[in-house]
Formats: sequence, C-alpha cells, structure tokens
Amino acid sequence: MIMPQLEIMLIGSVVAVACVLPGVFLVLRGVALMSDAISHSILLGIILSFLVVRTLDSPLLIIGASLAGVLTVSLTEMLIRTKRIKKDAAIGLVFPVFFSIGVILICLKASNVHIDTDAVLLGELAFAPFHRMIMFGIDVGPHALWVMGVILVLNVALLIGFYKELKLSTFDSGLAASLGFSPVLVHYGLMTVTSVTAVGAFDAVGSILVVALMITPPATAFLLTERLPRMIGLSVLFGVLSAVAGYGFAHALDASIAGSMATMTGLFFTLALLFSPSQGLVTKFLTWKEQQVQFSAQMLAVQLLSHEGTDIESSENTIDNMVDHMGWRERDARRITRYAVQQGYIQREEKLLSLTPFGRELARKISIS
Amino acid sequence: MSASSSGKGNIPAIEVRDLTVAYREKPVLWDIDVSIPQGVLLAVVGPNGAGKTTLIKAILGLIKPAAGQVRVLGKPYSRHNRMVGYVPQRGSVDWDFPTNALDVVLMGRYGHLGWFRRPGSRDVELAMAALEQVGMAEFAQRQINQLSGGQQQRVFLARALVQDAPIYLMDEPFVGVDAKTETAIVDLLKALREQGKTVVVVHHDLQTLTEYYDWALLLNVRKIALGPVSEVITEDNLKVAYGGRTAIGVL
Amino acid sequence: MDLILLAFTDYTLRTVIMGTALLGIVSGALGSFAVLRKQSLLGDAISHAALPGICLAFLVFMTKSPFLLFLGAVGAGWLGTIMMMLVTKHTRLKQDAILGIVLSVFFGFGLVLLTWIQRMPNASQSGLNTFLFGNASTLLVEDVTMMAVLGVIVLVILIAMWKEFKILSFDPDFAHVSGFRVTALDVTLTTLIVVAIVLGLQTVGVVLMSAMVIAPAAAARQWTDRLGLMVVVAAIIGAFSGVIGALISSSVPKLPTGPTIVLVVSAFVMGSLLFAPNRGLLWAAYHQYQNRKHLRAQTVLANLFSLAQNHDDPHYPHDIAALRAIGHAAFSQAMRQLESESMVLHHGEDLWGLTDKGIEKAQSVAKDIDS
Repeated sequence: MIMPQLEIMLIGSVVAVACVLPGVFLVLRGVALMSDAISHSILLGIILSFLVVRTLDSPLLIIGASLAGVLTVSLTEMLIRTKRIKKDAAIGLVFPVFFSIGVILICLKASNVHIDTDAVLLGELAFAPFHRMIMFGIDVGPHALWVMGVILVLNVALLIGFYKELKLSTFDSGLAASLGFSPVLVHYGLMTVTSVTAVGAFDAVGSILVVALMITPPATAFLLTERLPRMIGLSVLFGVLSAVAGYGFAHALDASIAGSMATMTGLFFTLALLFSPSQGLVTKFLTWKEQQVQFSAQMLAVQLLSHEGTDIESSENTIDNMVDHMGWRERDARRITRYAVQQGYIQREEKLLSLTPFGRELARKISIS
Repeated sequence: MSASSSGKGNIPAIEVRDLTVAYREKPVLWDIDVSIPQGVLLAVVGPNGAGKTTLIKAILGLIKPAAGQVRVLGKPYSRHNRMVGYVPQRGSVDWDFPTNALDVVLMGRYGHLGWFRRPGSRDVELAMAALEQVGMAEFAQRQINQLSGGQQQRVFLARALVQDAPIYLMDEPFVGVDAKTETAIVDLLKALREQGKTVVVVHHDLQTLTEYYDWALLLNVRKIALGPVSEVITEDNLKVAYGGRTAIGVL
Repeated sequence: MDLILLAFTDYTLRTVIMGTALLGIVSGALGSFAVLRKQSLLGDAISHAALPGICLAFLVFMTKSPFLLFLGAVGAGWLGTIMMMLVTKHTRLKQDAILGIVLSVFFGFGLVLLTWIQRMPNASQSGLNTFLFGNASTLLVEDVTMMAVLGVIVLVILIAMWKEFKILSFDPDFAHVSGFRVTALDVTLTTLIVVAIVLGLQTVGVVLMSAMVIAPAAAARQWTDRLGLMVVVAAIIGAFSGVIGALISSSVPKLPTGPTIVLVVSAFVMGSLLFAPNRGLLWAAYHQYQNRKHLRAQTVLANLFSLAQNHDDPHYPHDIAALRAIGHAAFSQAMRQLESESMVLHHGEDLWGLTDKGIEKAQSVAKDIDS
C-alpha cells in the first residue's frame, strides 16, 4: 500500500503549493481572511451547480463555486461601502449567509449524495486516491491530483505572467494605478484565483485546511524574510513540509489528515515566531535585554562624566548610589557595571567607579550629539 | 535644570528624568530631562516625529519607556491618576461610537467615581457646566458623529474639564479646528492658568506660541530647550530643532 | 398558531427554544462590544479555537458533562485570544492573518483530536461533532440550565461593569488616565465574549457562531445611537432570531436549526440596513433626494432673482428657456414645487416670475451663499 500513501502526500503537496501562491499576496495585502470567507461561500456555489448538472465531476461546479466566492468578496465590499458596517463585521456577515444557504440546500435537496457538510469542512484526503481519473479507459492517477495539478499550473503561469503587476499593486498601489494597472482588476483577479484554488482544494482537504494553507505558510515565511521571491520560495517549502509531515502525523495517530496538515503549518509558524533571526520573540527578547544593558552602561558613563572633577565624585560614583540615582534594581546595576567594565567604559576600585579614557570619549559623544 | 529652581519652590508639576523611549530599536525620545513647575501654560513644540505625543503618552504611563522615570506632583505615574486631565488627539477614537456629547463628557467623571459606581445627577450637572463653558451646551444630546471636527474637539476639552485635575495634558487640540473652536480653546487655556492649573499642550504652530503660552519645551528626540517662550524660541534653538530649513522667517 | 402552541406544549421544542433564545440574548449583548471594538472576527476565531479545548476536556475527563466541555472550550478560546494579542503586538503580521492562523490551526488540531477520539473503541458515540455544525435538537435541559446560569452571570458582570466597559471600548487611553486598569478590563471583557461564544457552539456550531456575534449588533447599531439601547436591541434581535429560527426549522423536516437561525438574523441585518430611521440606506437615499430637490429649487430662485435684476421689476417674468440657459436642472418639477410654496407665479405659457415671498427667500439664499 505504498502507492496510495505516496499519492496522498503528492496531492497534499500540490494543494499546498497551489494554495500558498495566492496566499502570499493575501497575507501581504491584509485580506487574508477573505480566504476564510471564500472557502466557506463556495459551498453554496457547489451545491447550486450540482442541483443544475446533477453530477459532482463537472467543470461547471468549479465555475459556479468560484463565482460564489467572488460574489462573496464583492458583496462584502458593497456592505463596507455603505459605511453603516465596519470592514471586519462585514466580512463576518456575508459568508455565514452563503454557507447557511448551502448547508440548508444540502440537507433538504441533496442529503443522499456525496456532498455532506462534514466533508466540505473537513475534507477526506484518505479517500482521494480511490477516486481515479480515467482517460480513454486508462487509469491515469487520482482525480484530485489532476484537478489540483491543473490549478497549480494555472496559478504558476498567472504568477509568472502578472508578477510585476501583483508586486507593484501590493507594495505601492498608488504607483501601480498611475502606471495603468487597475488595482480593482488585480484585486478581483487575485480573488478569482483564490476562489478557484479553494474550490479545487476543498474537495480534497476541506475548507479549513484551505485557510490554513493559504495563510499560515506565507505568514511563517513573512517572519523570516522581507524579499518577495524568497517569501514565495519559503512559503512553498513550508507548505510542502506541512503536507508531508502532516500525513506522517495523521498516519501515526490514525487521525484526520487535513487536520494534521493544518496542525503542522501551525507548528512551523510557532517555531518561526519564536526563533526567527529578525522577528522571533526569543531573539527579540535577547537583543532587547542586551540593548537595555548597553544603553544603561552608556547612561552610567554619561552620569560619571557629569560628576567628574566635582567634589561629590567620591560620594556619588558608587554602585550603591547609582542604584539609588538611576532607579536601577540592585541585580541589574551589578550586571550593567560588569558590562561597562567589560566594554572598557569604566574601571572599578573597590566601590568607586571611574571612567576610562575610552569611556570618557564615549560619554562626551553621547552627551553632545 | 534651571526650570525647577525658577518654579514656586515647591515640587514640580511634572518631572521627567532620563526618559528614553524606543519603537523597534529606534529611539523616539532620548534621555529627556524635563521639570515643569506648577502653574505654567506650556507648549511642547518640535518637528514631526520629534516625539511630542510620545512624551505626553510616556508621562501618562500609556507607553512603557525603555529607561527613565516620570513623576507627577512628586509621585510615580502609576499613582497619579486623577491628577492629570487628558485631551487626546481627536483621531484617536472612533467617532461612530454610539453615544452623545454629554455621555462622552461624563466619562471625564469616571475616574472620580472609581470602580462600579455610576455617574449621578451631580456629575451630569458638572458635565453640562463644562459643555456650557466650551459653548457646546446645545449639542449635549447630539450623536458624536454628527458634530464637526471643532465641536468634537470641544467635547474632548469639556471631558477633560470635568476631570477637575491640577494638571492638564493636551495633544494637538488646535489641529483641524474652526476659528470659533480655536478661540474657545485659547480662552479655556487662559482660564485654566488663572485657576493655577498646569497645562501642557502639544502645539504645531510656532507663530501663535508667544500669544498663547508662557512656557515652551522645544523637542526633537532630545530636549533642546525649556523655559519661558521668549528664551526658548530663539533662532539658534529653532535651527537645532528644525534644522535650518523651516525655522527662519517664522519669527 | 399551532407552532406557537406546540412551543409551549412540546417538551423538546420548548427546551430548544429556550436554548436558542438564551444564545441570542447573550451573544447579541456581548457581540455589541466585540463589534464596537472592531473585534468582530474574534468570534469566528474563538469559536474555531474552542474545538481542541472541547476534545481535550473530553479526553482528560472522559465525560460529556456540559460544564467540563464548556471549561475546555473557554480555556482554548481564551488561549487563542491571548496568542492573537501577543502576535499582533510583537510581529509585523497584520491582524487578519493572525486571526486566520489561530482559526485554522486550532481547528485543524481540534480535528485531529476529534477523529482520534472517534476511533477510540469506547468513545464512538461521544457526539462531539455536534459542535462542528451545532445541533439544537441535542440540547438537553441540563445544557439549557447551564446556558441560563452562565448567561445570567455574564450579563450581571456586564451590567455591573457597564461604565468601565463603555470607557474601555470608546477610549482605552482615557480609561487608563482615569485610573482604570485597562489590561484587567480588557481581559475581563474578552473573557465574557469568549464565554458568550462558547455557550452558543452546541446550538449553531463553530462555523456559524461568528454570525451570531456580529449580526444582532450590526442590526441594532442601525436603529440607535445609544450604547445601552444598542445592547438591549441586539439582545432582543438575537433572541427573536433564535426563537424564530428554531420554530421554522422544527416545522420543516430536515431543516437544520443553526443555519436557519443565521439566515433569520441576517434578514434582520438586511432589514435594518435598509429601513432603520436615520442610518437606513432607503432613508438616506430619500434625504439625498429631498436635499437635491431643495437645492434645485433654490438655484432656480436665485437665477430668477438675478435675471430680474436686469429689469427694475423683481417680479419680472422670464421664459423658462432663459432659465435653462443658465441652469441645467429639471425645471418643470422645481417650478411646480416652488409654485406650491407660492414662491413663483405662473404668468402663462413658459413665463415665470417671483412672488414677494420668493424674492425674500432668494435674497436670504444669496446671503447664505455670500457668507
């Protein structure tokens, strides 16, 4: 049974890459939650199209569902434009309506077919290999792989074709508009791509994993780099890693594959959040501590300079007095003094602190500038 | 440092020592020492990004400084609430919030009421009096998003008035207001000074400084000068603060 | 009528209706604060984030006791909220991305736990997946009792700390300056919102709970400009939506309760947006129409007046064609309106002139324009 396992990981990876490509721009443009709205709204599109064509394999389903996704976006934006409802509330109002109608239609009209609400939300990747694509009587692989493969190729082609427009309108929409790239067109283009991708992916992985894959790997990459090409590359990497590791995790626990993949995207995000060299919380905390000490040591040097040559020098320039005067805690004061000595700002004789020539120079520079 | 000695000989209204504030490793305020004596009407001036608002927020304890201390009437900031009346920038709140002018002014009484107690008829009287003082009594029941910018600013002033504090901090109250509001603010500042209150105002218009204030603090990340307006606003100081370009010709 | 009668006699239906009404009241009241603080989507994130908490509580205690599951959900929802606040504060990621991450990752992990539980031999009937889509018909009296007790506690705290929550929502900096502990207040209010959301999960489910938080508040906001009234109206709209939704779904076979409630409450939003006095869109459109009409009439008056100045007689009638030459508004309607207000006099054919009242009005209009 190696083949189905490989196929699942392959499908997962293809879905992941197809999702992160629009996801990068959703995250950068601050419209990440539109993916949440779209991935729920497409349910209505799917069920309506299904009720018309009465099969789940028609490409019409993808078109109908994508339309529902784009419609959600434009309705949300219409609601915001009325100025009666704020942006965040508007997002949260429209998609539940679509989703509710979808669920009701399924319950009333289509409860006997494959689409059930659980599958929509959760997806069942484990069954994906059993749904084969048959061309000219030959089994050419899992159906989901073909669908997502085509969407992936489309996404890559669109990304390459419109890279410049996307980049410009994301980072400087004003300039983009003045150069003749319509921001509305780029926005709706991106929303259409997001919808099509979500529709293709939901069947395999469910709408929540679509959200996880579209937002989390790009957000993880954004914690690690500021350059767009590198961000796209890292997003793809984290997407694929999450898909593969998620499958392993699900296999070990005999639990939901989609859920495991979402969990893995979260794990990578947490690691980046803690340890990113530029943005990580741990890294930041350490540099902040270091800066605090460095800053305080410089302040200490300035303080010593201001007392230099006065008659209070011997009484003022002691650690105890610094604790008092600068409002430091005792423990911090010792660390700061030690740092200042190490850096050669000051020297210490018993309790008395005095500036080195280097420290005097430094203190002068600080107090003048 | 001469500031504190030229006061009335009692504790300074606001004392800032070695204050440094940094956003994302970049210092916004650097080693500020300021001592503001009681009873002065002081303008905080400086170019954009000079840290004026940051200084106000640091004094109020709204921002945690990287280093340094603030004392208000001799006490650390965590215990000075109810000693400071505050007029924030008008843009800092959502004016579409469902409430009316009187209600906003009543919020100025909340600090006196403490936890759980509701404002009573005396608080309403005080709030109405404050609205009267800023010429807004007829708009008491008006929804706040139906007020003009100047009227909103006056509501904020009335709210600070009912705080009945010995010290007032105001962040750019003159920005984007009509002539009527400008006069109302100036009258109010003078009235507060006559009552012996200390008023610190972030101000952006150098031309009106001498007319409106008696003291000034010139700031550009560092403190450049503090003292009576005429001593602070000199060509040399302005050059340091604004860097040759804007200062010349202002006086 | 039968349905309403049934609501009082049918035991199950009565339980469901009480549950959905309570849910509507609590989420409407607390949702108002979430919406005003621009935390609308917090509801979506918290409700998804609660799932792993429910599963973990079940795994630890091996019981479906509503209170223990509730505690687990609140714990996880709360953890998700704290993480969102932390990440927002310390990274350059935008808030909506962070919401999306917490929402999908917590939910994904919950799903792992849920499927794992379902494959455990003795727990296949745990029924935890009702939390996904909600199932009002599974509400038991003990569930409703818990909702009532917790709902009352939440509302009592809300009323007791009304002034504090109001100042926190409008101007947190000012709350701090007034001596309130803003962080403590923030945590308290957020906890109440978390509790309100979790209370509704069993009834409407994870996905649709966000609508119950946002919609009643969004609808209520259109009707009033007072916070207190808004909260009350939101609670009423929430309660009505819950009851109406439950009644409709119980009368149509196979109609799920959660989505029906959401559609009812969304209809309230739609109606409020269109028809609410002052803020309603139809109202605004009517006002705009009136203003435009008024403006048009004023322009005609001013033009007639300035034309008449060329003659010595201010009442001098002019051909409508001359008016058309300087203005471009639709005249016949404006003239008819002015005539009905006896501002102008019809001199026959296309000739119109000002009356004394019209002259007076035109002068005051001109003065307004000058000043």
